[in-house]
Amino acid sequence: MTIGSAFDIAAQVRAGTRSARAVVDECLAAVDAREGDVHAFNLVLADQARAAADAIDARVANGEDPGPLAGVPVALKDNLCTRGLPTTCSSRILEGWRPPYDASVVQRIVAAGGIVVGKTNLDEFAMGSSTENSAFGPTRNPHDLSKVPGGSSGGSAAAVAAGFAALALGSDTGGSIRQPAALCGVVGVKPTYGLVSRYGLIAFASSLDQIGPFAANVRDAALLLEVIAGHDEMDSTSIPQASPSLVDVLDDGVDGLRVGIIEELSGEGIAPDVLAQLHAAATALEKAGAIVETASVPATIYGLSAYYLIAPAEASSNLARYDGVRYGNRVDGASTTEMMEATRTAGFGAEVKRRIMLGTYALSAGYYDAYYGKAQRVRTLIIRDFARAYERFDVLLCPTSPTTAFALGAKTADPLTMYLNDVCTIPSNLAGQPAMSVPFGVGDDGMPIGVQVLAPLQGEATMFRVAAVLEAAQKVGDHV
Amino acid sequence: MVMSQRLTRDDVAHVARLARLRLSEAELDEFTPQLADVLAHAEDIERLDVGDVAPTAHPLPLRNVFRDDVVRPSIDRDEVLAAAPAAQDGQFRVPQILGEEQ
Repeated sequence: MTIGSAFDIAAQVRAGTRSARAVVDECLAAVDAREGDVHAFNLVLADQARAAADAIDARVANGEDPGPLAGVPVALKDNLCTRGLPTTCSSRILEGWRPPYDASVVQRIVAAGGIVVGKTNLDEFAMGSSTENSAFGPTRNPHDLSKVPGGSSGGSAAAVAAGFAALALGSDTGGSIRQPAALCGVVGVKPTYGLVSRYGLIAFASSLDQIGPFAANVRDAALLLEVIAGHDEMDSTSIPQASPSLVDVLDDGVDGLRVGIIEELSGEGIAPDVLAQLHAAATALEKAGAIVETASVPATIYGLSAYYLIAPAEASSNLARYDGVRYGNRVDGASTTEMMEATRTAGFGAEVKRRIMLGTYALSAGYYDAYYGKAQRVRTLIIRDFARAYERFDVLLCPTSPTTAFALGAKTADPLTMYLNDVCTIPSNLAGQPAMSVPFGVGDDGMPIGVQVLAPLQGEATMFRVAAVLEAAQKVGDHV
Repeated sequence: MVMSQRLTRDDVAHVARLARLRLSEAELDEFTPQLADVLAHAEDIERLDVGDVAPTAHPLPLRNVFRDDVVRPSIDRDEVLAAAPAAQDGQFRVPQILGEEQ
């Protein structure tokens, strides 16, 4: 069940033909009915959302235009700071902390008339691919409660899939928006690095992290990205340009567009039912006038190894700040060092500890060149190989996830097996390039499959045109 | 410095100390092979000859971004300190530092 598209909700609320309060009440009714099973949220902001909806309705009654997201319920991944409201990263170490400021994306959504309905569950500090690493228990896939929703933004993906919110925000460091979007049958976008301000996104791996939208359809995703994109002086890595125009290009089609299927990410290790849908997607694009050929991006096969050195290295540095001094929980100790050790030992879960140790090791004396330095050079190779491919192609295509959603518990005992979920999504983060997952068909088990569209830096408009054609070929978004 | 040397339990214990984490014996037993497997997977990039390739630290060409040096409002100090585990006299309060071994 869904509450309808964000685009329609905003149009109706702005026109005064539907009240924001009624929309929010529908969302909260869906939450009441299924949240106990799904556990998409760490925090549901029912009273605050109703009050915000009433305020939107009052403005409409007063002849004002609340903005392009008027009355649209939005869920926020719980690693986005919300002033005065608990922001946990699904970690014990931040339990009870209330940030003194809003993330820039939150400010923009509220300024556009959007209504924040809750903070969604994630793998602790966004480290994981199943949302099972949350300190507050896993989220379940709304399509099949025995399956994971993917991760790390599993709560946001599940919230949109279950109709708890029309839109959601996630963060994507190695696939954490796109993979859960694929597994939950929704659209998920990782924008170009720097397109969306990271101010107020709690850092995991700063050279890879990027905030992006989840939506039930391509147009809604474009709408939300337009709202949150654009320069922000609070983020020194923010690209100094205005938000791109995306909704207006969705009907432009793909006639004459050159599409390359990445051969290195479309063979070994990818399930046959996922590959079948990838090729069906390619055929749909050809029918729409695109020229589809095989593309080679050889260095992408080294992406996983490079990522699992670079991301933990950056994480070990970023997470050094959780020392019991400035925010979050503290476990007392006789000295400052003992207090810090006791705090970190009690506050972090197993996966966060593994990544911190992996990163500390990769950066430690005697190993820096062999691990971190080498991974940075491989990152250059991946960027170079993408650049060569984009001389011949406008966009690239590959699966989002190697398989459909797997069972809870299936991969928790073996971190490396879990990491392999990210093999198709990681290269775009290393290159800083945009990529999005579009629902395309279902697997042998009836679970959703996502096809991934990749584009060069700031190639969002072309990427969205391709996504729109794939969606039109599929009639997605109405089968939950 | 040879990557194919498999990570040992002592290595993990050492790294945990550097990262200010205390691991139980059971955690050391669990984490050592898990981390060793991830590092073993990274041997595929060990074999690459990339000595002439420049490292990439960041996907965008970064430069320092300065704003004009003018005073303007920022987050309220008391609000920040209210979220800290302990504060005193407008500052974060920590246990004794002087006299520690390290």
